Amino acid sequence: MSIWDKIESASADEMRSIQDKRLVETVEYVYDRVPYYRKKMEDIDLYPEDIKSCDDLYKLPFTTKDDLRDTYPYGLVAVDLDEIVRIHASSGTTGKRIVVAYTKEDIDTWSDVMARCFARIETDSKDIVHVAYGYGLFTGGLGAHYGAEKLGATVIPISGGNSRRQVEFLTDLKPTVIACTPSYMLHLYEVMIDAGYTLDDISLKAGIFGAEPWSENMRKEIERLLKIKAYDIYGLSEITGPGVASECIAQNGLHINEDCYLPEIVDVIDHKPLGLNEQGEIVFTTIKKKGMPLIRYRTKDITKLFKDDCICGRTLVKMERVTGRTDDMLIIRGVNVFPSQIESVLLEFSQLTPNYQIIVDRINMMDVLNIHVEMNENLFTDEVKKIESLEKSITGAIESVLGISAKVKLVEPKSIERSEGKAVRIIDRRKI
Amino acid sequence: MLVKQISIFLENKEGRLAELTSILAKAEININALTIADTADFGILRIIVDDADKTETLLKKEGFSVSITDVLALDIDNKPGGIAKPLNMLHENGISVEYIYAFLAKKDNTAHVIFKVNDVDLAKKVLSKNGYRNTAK
Repeated sequence: MSIWDKIESASADEMRSIQDKRLVETVEYVYDRVPYYRKKMEDIDLYPEDIKSCDDLYKLPFTTKDDLRDTYPYGLVAVDLDEIVRIHASSGTTGKRIVVAYTKEDIDTWSDVMARCFARIETDSKDIVHVAYGYGLFTGGLGAHYGAEKLGATVIPISGGNSRRQVEFLTDLKPTVIACTPSYMLHLYEVMIDAGYTLDDISLKAGIFGAEPWSENMRKEIERLLKIKAYDIYGLSEITGPGVASECIAQNGLHINEDCYLPEIVDVIDHKPLGLNEQGEIVFTTIKKKGMPLIRYRTKDITKLFKDDCICGRTLVKMERVTGRTDDMLIIRGVNVFPSQIESVLLEFSQLTPNYQIIVDRINMMDVLNIHVEMNENLFTDEVKKIESLEKSITGAIESVLGISAKVKLVEPKSIERSEGKAVRIIDRRKI
Repeated sequence: MLVKQISIFLENKEGRLAELTSILAKAEININALTIADTADFGILRIIVDDADKTETLLKKEGFSVSITDVLALDIDNKPGGIAKPLNMLHENGISVEYIYAFLAKKDNTAHVIFKVNDVDLAKKVLSKNGYRNTAK
């Protein structure tokens, strides 16, 4: 499949001039149309004429999830409501619900960037795409759906849940590409094997996985078990949904659709802009959105930006796989801990499965980190000392990566509750 | 003399053992011998049943971590020194015992002992040469 949109291989100058132009237009647009943004700018004595190019981006105020909550539901909408054709909403798991609004043009742009993402993993009109992201208020299902449809592929809009039915569709209709969360892919694999099927019964060649953080080792695990290529896709409802960035066949960083979503990295603590190759929180300004444009939206996702000579021919800037979230970050005995660090250690042990739970307690004023991980049922040994020594090696490996100790407990296969959406990895029981 | 022992990984959770044995009961599987090795977090249940392969398949289907190990089953005299004798033979032949459990026979004055050793073939040779056998199922 060739590159979907030639903008993806534009020269640096060409891209920069598009971004400059769109940023200036966007700032004028929100200043004129969104009182909330106008006030935010005037409060710091900033006016549209102060923003002449991307060099001035840093002058603009940030937008956070709190701003979206404060203006709930329509306070950041920049057009008349009759121009809005679609609403999506966040699950509200981390606080009050937020909603996002799209014009017809926004849906077209979104479909287009999602089509780019599918084309990046060599999906074309001949493919059958099984979309097992949830449909509805969540952007995953409909986002993947519109993109795959725009590409001309055959779409199975199965949505999330009902794993047995998912397996029937995978084995009967033989989709070639699947879109879902990586943890759900592993769950579907288990259900498939338990139902007596083998890899010969399915025809998947690739999966486009996102909506939750995952590690390189988890990718290897999915690729090993299912004999498919596993690609990372990134997005968030506030910016548009899936399709903000995605991997190509190089599997080395996610190309950001930067002609639509202007990225920058800021320091996690003081929020000062950082350069290429520096790790921090990724911030996006939507420069091609009409319904609800966001200026410097703080995603809370931690990554870095980099450029390389990608074998796929795209020049779009890349972001590394998201390794954690500023709000997923656990502070345990004063040490910053990301669940992804723990996951990558666990996956180095063949005796374990990628199903784990991190439980944090506070006992006698001390934080206690417990990690429950399921054993691989085929590698169970009869000897207590071998199991204990396995626990000990895991504990040692975790301590050397995190710098703090954890209590590791091996649990029975399939005893950790499966989620059909985002996996529940962390249980923080500390009462502070 | 060689029997297949089934080992099952069990988390220390209330009711887990009852659950497991009920599954066996429902499938009409009789447990001939049983022991548990326990630690703070988990236990390993070791059982001897008539049809080890069938039991393994059943338990795997039910989601348990199961493995099959060859162990030695031996009849010994139920009197002082009964267990020391074969253990000395194993020791003299450089065979080490990883674990052991025993149960009484009902009818005669013997006991059945289950040995898990590091070299099961050698142990079998040494013990049968010395007249040990196994009548228990």
